Amino acid sequence: MTDAPSPSLPAAGMWQAMRGLVARDLRLALRRRADPLSVLVFFVLVASLFPLGVGPEPELLRAMGPGVVFVAALLAAMLSLGRMFADDFHDGTLEQLLLSACPLPLLVAAKILAHWICSGLLLALVSPLLALQFDLGAVATGVLLLALLVVTPLLSLIGAVGAALTVGVRGAAVLMPLLILPLCVPALIFGTAAVEASRSGMETMGHFSLLGAFLVLALVGTPWATATALRIALE
Amino acid sequence: MLELHGVACVRGGRTLFARLDCQVAAGRLLRVRGVNGAGKTSLLRMVCGLLPAAQGQILWRGEPIRDLGEQFGRELVYLGHAAALKDDLSAIENLQSACLLGGLRVSREQALQALTRAGLPGRGRTPARHLSQGQRRRVALARLLLSSSTPLWVLDEPFNALDSAATDGLCSLLQAHLVQGGVVVLTSHQDVALDALDDRLVPLTLGVQPA
Repeated sequence: MTDAPSPSLPAAGMWQAMRGLVARDLRLALRRRADPLSVLVFFVLVASLFPLGVGPEPELLRAMGPGVVFVAALLAAMLSLGRMFADDFHDGTLEQLLLSACPLPLLVAAKILAHWICSGLLLALVSPLLALQFDLGAVATGVLLLALLVVTPLLSLIGAVGAALTVGVRGAAVLMPLLILPLCVPALIFGTAAVEASRSGMETMGHFSLLGAFLVLALVGTPWATATALRIALE
Repeated sequence: MLELHGVACVRGGRTLFARLDCQVAAGRLLRVRGVNGAGKTSLLRMVCGLLPAAQGQILWRGEPIRDLGEQFGRELVYLGHAAALKDDLSAIENLQSACLLGGLRVSREQALQALTRAGLPGRGRTPARHLSQGQRRRVALARLLLSSSTPLWVLDEPFNALDSAATDGLCSLLQAHLVQGGVVVLTSHQDVALDALDDRLVPLTLGVQPA
């Protein structure tokens, strides 16, 4: 360490801090591919066990397919949510997030976005493969994909609150699903209902409107709730 | 610049310290001492705003830090016990993302330069998991090299795990910061290290008043 004159550095705005955080988390996921991949494999495995377990009756499989895929996505999301803030908490970078020049809710939103890209988005993208197993048909598969694209960000947003509330708590792996799963029930119901409706040739717009409303509500509320929970957790 | 008015700290139902008053002018270094468990780290976390004071107020430039919000984050660098490094990221990437959160944009070249000056030449691309304890500490200190324009430095045991060359380097870095009118708050067990800064030292010993 020498006393050479320090460079005067340009200030970084909020967007740059957020973009930097998303890029950091995505880079971390790329370096530790086992984490996102294990979530994906879990999702595919759970959904694949059902056809094997209940037998090969096409009508039964078609009827339970959407529900199984959604429940599997929900469980897979629980698997990945536990690590959302826990890693940052243990290596001390969470404190740096709290002391950032960027408002904490925005940073939290950036972390949620990165989490969704590494988990929810992947789950949604492989869901057509699972729909094939349940013989859902082209239209229902499309609706399933769309519904998952709306439901999975919702899971990441709601899950962030639970992850923040249980950060640093012993038994967080059990406590967090207990907190989160009841809150995810509406997403599960309307997501499945949308696919069911399309299967029986009915209008799906109503279900998507409700899911969209949930998503907007969560987008506005959960980053703030998560930020507050993190501040309390680090006291 | 930094003022503590009647600050108290309660952890786990025990009062660690109370009625703590202290003023640190620009260009001064507040050196917090005390036995283990006296509340040194808690005090530092209070100064950062991570921990609310049980009583009293902490003012920065005459305003309560609670009201300053993110503006305070722009004026503060906190290096805690953990080096706050991501094991899977290289030293450069760690440094860049830490500075970005603190509100500074740092290019790869600038980060590499700071790491070289911090005594880690050629280690910029090494993942943090392959760095020794002292080297991780040096990456954190490289952030100070880039943060000379940030007025308040809060450092928790910055001399831990550093060799003598790095200790001297950190001392001169602190001195340069103080000469510029910055404020430093630190805890340290090493006595000799800060001798050169004697005239700028504000000593504070925790745990002397009866509980």
